[in-house]
Amino acid sequence: MIKVKINGQEQSWDGDPDLPLLWFLRDEAGLTGTKFGCGQALCGACTVLVDKEAVRSCITSINDVAGREITTIEGLHPTGDHPVQKAWRQVNVPQCGFCQAGQIMQAAALLMDNPKPSHDQIREAMSGNICRCGCYQRIENAVHLASTGV
Amino acid sequence: MNYIDNPRKLRGFEKNIKIEKISRRSILKGLGVTGGFVLAAPVMSRQALAYETGAGKMPHGVVVDPRVFVSVAPDGIVTIVGHRSEMGTGVRTSLPLIVAEEMEADWTRVKVQQAHGDEVKFGNQDTDGSRSTRHYLIPMRQIGASARTMLEQAAAKRWGVPATEVRAVNHEVVHSASGRKLGFGELAADAAKESVPSIEGLKLKDPKDFRYLGKGQIGIVDLHDITTGKARYGADVRLPGMKYAVIARPPVTGGKLVSFDPDAALKISGVEKVMQVRGWPWPSKFQPLGGVAVIARNTGAAIKGRDALKLVWDDGPNGKYDSVAYRKELEEASRKPGLVLRKEGDADAALKGADKVIVGEYYIPHLAHVSMETPVAVADVKGDKAEIWAPVQSPGGTREDVAKTLGIPEQNVTVNVTLLGGGFGRKSKCDFALEAALLSKELGAPVKVQWTREDDLHNGFLHTVSVERIEAGLDKNGKVIAWRHRSVAPSIASTFAAGTVHQAPFEIGMGLVDMPFEIANISCENPEAAAHTRIGWFRSVSNIPRAFAVQSMVGEIAQATGRDQKETLLALIGSPRIVKPAVKDLWNYGEPQDSYPIDTARLRKVVELVAEKGQWGRQVPKGHGLGIAVHRSFVSYIATIVEVAVDDKGKLTVPRVDTAIDCGTYVNPERIASQIEGAAIMGLSLAKYGEITFKDGKVQQKNFDDFQVVRMDESPVVTNVYIVPPGPDTPPSGVGEPGVPPFAPALINAIFAATGKRIRSLPIGKQLEA
Repeated sequence: MIKVKINGQEQSWDGDPDLPLLWFLRDEAGLTGTKFGCGQALCGACTVLVDKEAVRSCITSINDVAGREITTIEGLHPTGDHPVQKAWRQVNVPQCGFCQAGQIMQAAALLMDNPKPSHDQIREAMSGNICRCGCYQRIENAVHLASTGV
Repeated sequence: MNYIDNPRKLRGFEKNIKIEKISRRSILKGLGVTGGFVLAAPVMSRQALAYETGAGKMPHGVVVDPRVFVSVAPDGIVTIVGHRSEMGTGVRTSLPLIVAEEMEADWTRVKVQQAHGDEVKFGNQDTDGSRSTRHYLIPMRQIGASARTMLEQAAAKRWGVPATEVRAVNHEVVHSASGRKLGFGELAADAAKESVPSIEGLKLKDPKDFRYLGKGQIGIVDLHDITTGKARYGADVRLPGMKYAVIARPPVTGGKLVSFDPDAALKISGVEKVMQVRGWPWPSKFQPLGGVAVIARNTGAAIKGRDALKLVWDDGPNGKYDSVAYRKELEEASRKPGLVLRKEGDADAALKGADKVIVGEYYIPHLAHVSMETPVAVADVKGDKAEIWAPVQSPGGTREDVAKTLGIPEQNVTVNVTLLGGGFGRKSKCDFALEAALLSKELGAPVKVQWTREDDLHNGFLHTVSVERIEAGLDKNGKVIAWRHRSVAPSIASTFAAGTVHQAPFEIGMGLVDMPFEIANISCENPEAAAHTRIGWFRSVSNIPRAFAVQSMVGEIAQATGRDQKETLLALIGSPRIVKPAVKDLWNYGEPQDSYPIDTARLRKVVELVAEKGQWGRQVPKGHGLGIAVHRSFVSYIATIVEVAVDDKGKLTVPRVDTAIDCGTYVNPERIASQIEGAAIMGLSLAKYGEITFKDGKVQQKNFDDFQVVRMDESPVVTNVYIVPPGPDTPPSGVGEPGVPPFAPALINAIFAATGKRIRSLPIGKQLEA
């Protein structure tokens, strides 16, 4: 039996310990805010926080995070008002929106690590997250806004 | 050649405008009116347009009926139906916003309800071809004006005053003379009893009184849900007892399953069943390819189970498809005469007599859509009823195809449209929904079919591959006197009809025969090309190779004559005029020529605007260069200037992009900007990396590591968008697609300016490193 804490709630799993965390979150725990984009840690759509670190849940097994604290987009802020979420709305970042949960989690992790990232630091830190609609300019602006106070 | 301009008409070629002959009354009879406060309205006549569009020629045409699209609750909440699919363009916001504008609803008290697939009720729902705003601006205004008028009539009756004395203002109706006011909610029940004003008698708002339209800064309705993980896409649908499936499909188009061994898969924890999926022979429109499905309790187990399957395939007639060899075939075909589609003057003679002939042979490979959300669908089939939840661009078409595939009546099929995690044309094909329907029927349980990224790349409907060969003949003054353009590419029509070797009218109409330059001798030709994989619509479609070739050639002419790119371009466009190419039944994005002519004044205008705002000719640092390109597509006009920087190792970066768009009358400039910003990035992706190749019939790329797209660290640093203010009666035109085509040639022209290297083959890849 594997135990994990997701968004503050204890969850357990007694199936395949190699099951990627992504599919545990989406299909077993019903937390569908975390998205599948590639399955190979190439696009960042599945990004969640494990303790305070951004992790690609598609290649992280449920066993790898046993006993750890996981935060998904649903648990980032109780009313959805994390500075990154607010900045995203202020800048009208999304087009289709599918990658944005992963982008927001990545940005939240970046700002915990580096509260005032530079232009280049934002572009580098966010480059593991693909947006096919091409919202990059606005993502960068939103991260910058979140870092300077929304 | 069939006249085909959208997926629905291509589906079996049987769709036409027959529905227009059915009276609206018979269509509406029996429709359940939901909620007690829907505005009741008699059936309305067809729209009376200020200008004609092709909307009425789409399958099921247009329905202008407030009873279908608007309801007002007693608490005043106005619900407006969005009947197009939201894939990132903002259409789920912008069309309801038009209704709210006209009916004087307060946007903060409006809810948007997504329509299910039902074109008899809602009119055409095919969200493709960049046509939602251009087909629905006027109908949505009429729907809003009808609702407003009925609310006003109800208030006037209540007060016993003439209707001319009252008017709706911001969610209430006001009688200025007496100072009385009634909210929309208070009037809803009475308004529902009012008869609908005739469409001809409707008074539309004066645009100067618009609060929302053309103003910008309206956030999309899903903004909060997207940022909190609540927005629901195809894969986010969960039903009680639902099974999770992935499918192993034939690796080669037209291949078939010979045998499979499920034993190892069945031993995987969580795998419940392995079953064969019915496939259709190639080509078969959007029908499933068939294969073997692994059914499991979660997607992870299904994928692991599929990896363990032992499969034997017969690759069929396309087992030797090879991109290197195929390119040679296309190039050779481009060097010989082909089917002549447009002939003006005598290009052969003029080329022979020219002082100088410039030849450009341009190659643009297959591309994959790679929307971030891979194809996915949920189906629940019970007996002769089916319910689908899917991110589809064509909900009405999906409904038709599910019904046909299952052999059940169309009215027994419900298609619920989720948000689309990107579409780009891929989700105009509902194969994934058909797979889910087939599996659910056989399992007797709800099932979700999830495509992996590898599936998306290996079994999609790719953008075509083409060689565009242009020969430009110049006289001794450097004036272009002859133009021969041969386009060789497998057609989308090959996915619908075996043996197709020529491009369809809608493909040749995308930048080949509608070429706007003022040249005396023109020949546009289409040599034959057979398809060896499924070809489909990709955002901007044939405009991508055409704009790349034509606008690169402009750069080459500037280069050969030592003239400025922009001046060369304007000289080729020539005088302000309406271009009427000598082409029989010229395809014009489905629009009438009268409303949407090829207008070189507008083409010139976007060039001049982008040159002014984008500071064409500005000094740039060493290693930098500027390039320009313009293209008319989806009846919009777009010009782009790209600044590149190429370092001494050949590393390419894009410091700045400027784009001017003339899309006629527009609704939400904020979303126009976002579409154009995104188009630059998609354009950069396809120019820099975009290439799907085949070997032994199989796609060689697997995922985002070998089919790369641009990431943030290499995206343009600044993208500026300038929107041409519309004339008072300029019809709206496309926005979603037109931004992509001019980007690659502007980039390539800029690279030439920076490095002196002329790239004629996409993607750029490592060409700058040599």
